[in-house]
Amino acid sequence: MPAITIPPPETVAFYVLAGITVIAGVLTVTLRHIFHCALWLILSLVAVAGLFLLLNAEFLAAVQILIYVGAITVLILFAVMLTYRISDRNIRQANRQSLLALFVMVALGTVLVYTLWKNSWEVNTAVPEVSGISGLGKVLLTTYLLPFEAVSVLLLSALVGAITIARKETK
Amino acid sequence: MAIDFFTIIKVIKIVSVAVAWAMALSVMVMFMVWMERKVSAHMQSRLGPMRVGRHGWLQLIADAVKLLSKENVVPAATDRSVFFVAPVLIIAAAIASYVAIPIGKNLIAQDLNIGVFYILAITSLTVISIITAGWASNNKWSLLGGMRSAALIISYEVPLILSLLGVILMTGSLRMGDIVENQRGFWFIFPRWNIIPQFLGFCLYITAAVAETNRTPFDFAEAESELVAGYHTEYSGMKFAMFFFAEYINVFTVSAIATTLFLGGWLGPFGNFIPGWVWFLAKTLLIVFIIMWFRWTFPRVRIDQMMEFGWKVLTPLAFLNLLLTGLCLL
Repeated sequence: MPAITIPPPETVAFYVLAGITVIAGVLTVTLRHIFHCALWLILSLVAVAGLFLLLNAEFLAAVQILIYVGAITVLILFAVMLTYRISDRNIRQANRQSLLALFVMVALGTVLVYTLWKNSWEVNTAVPEVSGISGLGKVLLTTYLLPFEAVSVLLLSALVGAITIARKETK
Repeated sequence: MAIDFFTIIKVIKIVSVAVAWAMALSVMVMFMVWMERKVSAHMQSRLGPMRVGRHGWLQLIADAVKLLSKENVVPAATDRSVFFVAPVLIIAAAIASYVAIPIGKNLIAQDLNIGVFYILAITSLTVISIITAGWASNNKWSLLGGMRSAALIISYEVPLILSLLGVILMTGSLRMGDIVENQRGFWFIFPRWNIIPQFLGFCLYITAAVAETNRTPFDFAEAESELVAGYHTEYSGMKFAMFFFAEYINVFTVSAIATTLFLGGWLGPFGNFIPGWVWFLAKTLLIVFIIMWFRWTFPRVRIDQMMEFGWKVLTPLAFLNLLLTGLCLL
């Protein structure tokens, strides 16, 4: 009996996850019902977390789930539910800037295709560190200290800004 | 590549561990529901279930059979597919966190490098299914319950994670096995459990965890005197049972995390002949009991008090705890 040849599990997992990411992403932007769009976005983000796992980036995958799925999409769902009649079928979900969107899409697509085409895709044979967290922490607080602090200040200003906006509404 | 023997063995292993956890959790949930009814009854000078089996121990099996055989009622105005997905999602998120929960030395499905962080990330998915259920039901009470739950869980996730950081700083690892092993040994007569240096962190964690699992005194998502049954008002039969199931699994999860991080996990203070999983279960059920005790002795707080408490009391205290731990470790 000839042995059944199947690709290695990693390859199968990659194509399944990539397929889920793309299909869910397309459904996110094409469906009419904004709540369904948000749910498909969640699936797409979870599949991206799976892709990170395949690359041995466990920490990144967990951050992806915690921040993007657990916090940001929850905020989106929250905003959807707080908006009056947003899921009404007579409301147009997209804005009227399709020309601008086309321009941005073509520009972004050109950059992406160019990068894919020009890159030689050298494979780095270095073995990744088993636990990336301590290494990540050290690098963030030494080499990349300035960007790290800049991001902190940016987040702080966003926080202060949000509080200011919220205060104005109560007057 | 042909299908080799080791891949098959690996797949069988993964599937059997998953099935074993799901079955163990089902039994545990049944026990916890019986325990909740007994604890509540005795706190209110009642007896609780007594008729089915000795002290009502078969009551939950009878209830499960009843729920399984109920009619599947779906209201006409629901968003059907989303309505069906929500209970499945909540139970998947609840069970998935058991990948990284150690019940004994080497008795862990996968001792991940990012163990604690993984569990926190996976449990944060629960809120999505609660919102989804509330929205898909197309019912004011459900919607309000889902929205309250979203607000509550987002607010309390911050102190919940911050309160665990003290322990992680002391261990220097996110791996569950390392965290438990770091608590081996004694200070004088006291076991070296993290609850002693991290007592503030433990209190903050339990408070935030009760809020995260939507239990009284923080059960706005299903406050029965205000919202009928909150986000699962429209669910009946087995779909209701799945929400119920997930709630109790989540209570067990937060207790298991507290046991592992603060109470030395499978390590016992004495008696090396007692296996680790007995210690783990005993400690976890003690915390489950404390959470039930809260439920039957505290009144529900108001939602605005709740948000203020989370942001103005718990979060600053959690930061203080983190700062103090950091200073002590310097």
